[in-house]
Amino acid sequence: MNQHQPNQVRPDLRALFLGFSSVGLSGFGGVLPFARRMLVDQRGWMTAEEFNAQLGLCQFLPGPNVVNLAVLVGKRYRGLAGAIVAPVGLLAGPIAIVLLLAMLYDAYGSLPVAQSMLRGVAAVGAGLLFAMAWRMGMAIRDKAAFLPFAALVVFGIAWLRWPMLWVMLAGLLLSGGLAYWRLGRR
Amino acid sequence: MSLIVDLFREFAILSFVAFGGATALLPEMHRVVVENHQWLDDTTFTHLYAIAQAAPGPNVLVVTLIGWHVAGLGGALAATLAMCLPMSVLIYLLIDSWESFAGKRWQRAISIGVAPLAVGLVFSGATLISQAAGLGLAAWLLLAATVLANLKTGLHPLWFIGVGALLGLLGLV
Repeated sequence: MNQHQPNQVRPDLRALFLGFSSVGLSGFGGVLPFARRMLVDQRGWMTAEEFNAQLGLCQFLPGPNVVNLAVLVGKRYRGLAGAIVAPVGLLAGPIAIVLLLAMLYDAYGSLPVAQSMLRGVAAVGAGLLFAMAWRMGMAIRDKAAFLPFAALVVFGIAWLRWPMLWVMLAGLLLSGGLAYWRLGRR
Repeated sequence: MSLIVDLFREFAILSFVAFGGATALLPEMHRVVVENHQWLDDTTFTHLYAIAQAAPGPNVLVVTLIGWHVAGLGGALAATLAMCLPMSVLIYLLIDSWESFAGKRWQRAISIGVAPLAVGLVFSGATLISQAAGLGLAAWLLLAATVLANLKTGLHPLWFIGVGALLGLLGLV
């Protein structure tokens, strides 16, 4: 992965910070598409294939995917310093904004008008989540075999309120086991 | 101080099961911060989620808001760091060996296996937010309209959030 195409740019720490700041500040409700646009289309720091490969690891591991991605891109170009600067750039601006909103919430959040406004936003937010779940579900290739595991997770977590760790471990064993078996059959 | 340590510990533990990112973690976050610790109530939880949705940045920022609400600036930074740091360190150390596993059967099996679980988690999070928000009939209609419009049009999510805020402001939902 350390062989770079000749036409690829090697960002310095400043460019990493600014590049990821722009990603963090322009993304609403998930910034991954913006990260892709910045890295692949706008700055040409990596090719689309490289982006998919790196994202694979980020999605494989738990944790905020885009933060993990920033760590990887930072490390790739500027080692440890880059791996710190890139995620800090990603988060610094949004954290400042969100804390400002938190202070407004502390000051005015109990007002009826703020309460009803937030209720409207929460309804929309939940709708966006359902839509996201739907889209993720449609992206699964073998729906008949694997979507039942999604239903099991909903049953265990939303209905029975079981702890997530155990649901995930059991689910991964079953669903990953099935995937492993099917991969071997081909 | 001990509150900040508690926050850090709880969110560091949570980060290890955050398959699918912070969004997938909403149900478990709710269990930890609302049910177990009673750091905040249902309404505040949904409000903080709504604020995080309305602000730019990665979804993980809902954690920052919870930390702020529980223990101020120190809490906000501790919770955010706890959520991001463990996996960042792990991924920093793992990336080189990961490349050598690329295409291995077990690796592909886990990638395929995790995907439906993440779908279930995000769906559960959506259920949880809509229940905890105490929505009335009009708000449920707004929710359903958002799902449809978001799936059918390419509109920026900010438009939906603006409409939600406006309808709320006018007292319609």
